[in-house]
Amino acid sequence: MSGAADTGRRRMLRRFLAHQGAMVGLALSCGMVVLAAVGPSIAPHDPIAQDLAGRLSPPGAGHWLGQDSLGRDVLSRILVGARVSLSVGVVVVCVSATIGTLVGAIVGLAGGWVDEVAMRLVDVLLAFPGILLAIALGAVLGPGLDHTVLALCVLGWVGYARLVRGQVLALREREFVQAAVALGAGRARIVRKHLIPNLLAPVLVQATFGMASAIVAEASLSFLGLGVVPPTPSWGSMIDDGRLYLEQAPHVAAFPGIAILLTVLGLNFLGDGLRDALDVKGSS
Amino acid sequence: MRSFILRRLATSVPVVLGVVTLVFALIHLVPGDPVDAMLGESALPAQREELRHALGLDRPILVQYAHFLGGLVRGDLGTSFRRATPVTALLAQRYPATAQLTLAAMAVATLVALPLGVLAALRARTWIDHGSSAAALFGVSVPNFWLGPMLILVFAIRLDWLPVSGRDGLANLVLPAITLGLGLAGILTRMTRSSLLETLGEDYIRTAKAKGLGPAVIVWKHAMRNALIPIVTLMALQFGALLAGSVITETIFSWPGVGKLLLEGIRTRDYPVVQGVVLSIALTYVAVNLLTDLLYAWVNPSIRFGGRS
Repeated sequence: MSGAADTGRRRMLRRFLAHQGAMVGLALSCGMVVLAAVGPSIAPHDPIAQDLAGRLSPPGAGHWLGQDSLGRDVLSRILVGARVSLSVGVVVVCVSATIGTLVGAIVGLAGGWVDEVAMRLVDVLLAFPGILLAIALGAVLGPGLDHTVLALCVLGWVGYARLVRGQVLALREREFVQAAVALGAGRARIVRKHLIPNLLAPVLVQATFGMASAIVAEASLSFLGLGVVPPTPSWGSMIDDGRLYLEQAPHVAAFPGIAILLTVLGLNFLGDGLRDALDVKGSS
Repeated sequence: MRSFILRRLATSVPVVLGVVTLVFALIHLVPGDPVDAMLGESALPAQREELRHALGLDRPILVQYAHFLGGLVRGDLGTSFRRATPVTALLAQRYPATAQLTLAAMAVATLVALPLGVLAALRARTWIDHGSSAAALFGVSVPNFWLGPMLILVFAIRLDWLPVSGRDGLANLVLPAITLGLGLAGILTRMTRSSLLETLGEDYIRTAKAKGLGPAVIVWKHAMRNALIPIVTLMALQFGALLAGSVITETIFSWPGVGKLLLEGIRTRDYPVVQGVVLSIALTYVAVNLLTDLLYAWVNPSIRFGGRS
């Protein structure tokens, strides 16, 4: 049994390593994680220090990516902003995946009215398309990093709950689970030994795409003035600041956008590769 | 079909009620006082009381909820705090612009995605397919709040081909429609490719080939007809995402739609407007989903008679 599982895992790993898109995504994602980890210590300037004499200066020797409307160093703000963006992404994904997996597993196993009530709640939350609910919550709660995380988690768990519930319903009917039940295995053992190992792959794929969505959502909220509070650097608010000076200083809006694009592209490539390698259907 | 419609309508009722309740709760049950948020800390106690009374916030919460529901039934979403205009009048004024932008974005997405997806499916696992997949992933990944300013920079400022903002003519629609539609184009390209690939493997396509039909007839007349069903369904389901995305796009291009109205409401803390816009977008989304399901059942009898999971 364990030999067969090892072979399966090795085959998945080989498929993953042979997937060109996955490798590009892995490289981009790892690069961003490293930048977020060391960014604040390698930032050439203080990201909130203003230098009004040099405002809107183009990229040059002293400031590789130029200066913004208050003369702050764009590169330093992108590096520090990476930590903000990735932290929000990680926290939102961890909280959402944990709550969603628990809820999905519980309602999938319980069935009956518990399932009905939970799924109607999910339907209600899904009636708010895109980041509409997060915008509404942001509007009521006011800007702030903690409010942004809360707003994104309120909707974030729903996708995981639906995914896990569907998986649990399908797994319950599979022969190996039926066999375990017939052999007298308890509910806890079935969950631990049979359900959780089979749920990991789809949840992992969903979490990779979810991280990309959370990063874009945080940047969108900050762009709208509902996310991170200035002067803390956020890629979204940097673009909002830069779009007022597109003609004189396009670099202010362009570079943070490229940072978001590379991060999200990397995560989406990685998610696609993981989905193909782990043979997961229906996540995106 | 009638019983399917009734069943589907019945499942929509609790969702609509849930949406209405959630939007009501957003304003009334979150920590903090909406009156404080609207007036700021410097407001006098008398001003606070006056506004609290005007908004009905001095009544018990259940009475407020009943009043809110009663208003909704009569098509009354309250009055804008800042403009002293009924919210429904503001929505009626702004919705055509948002509908125009959303439909234009869908047209852009379709024009880009269908040819690209078909080409990728017909040349599967070649560099054309890989290129199309990479382009689709780029479309999905590029944030619209960055794409919009970059399009303005290139096509409005540098090349001076298109206007920066406003809604004076068709030229004004081009950049916002591309900004809003590119993400959907990416999703649709992937869907078109996978749906057409699946259809091209069906028996009736083999029969068509055996009959000696040309490739163009096989793809456009036989395969696409069936491949289009999931594509059209996806487009309808993405309509809501476009409506939500219009908040950002309308802000960037000063497009006078409901998205811009929502942000104006947020900035001026005009909660009746925020509540009305959020509710109207969510209910439009529920209605479009319902319509999609009914249309889907109409073209696909197995759903009508077998039920849909």
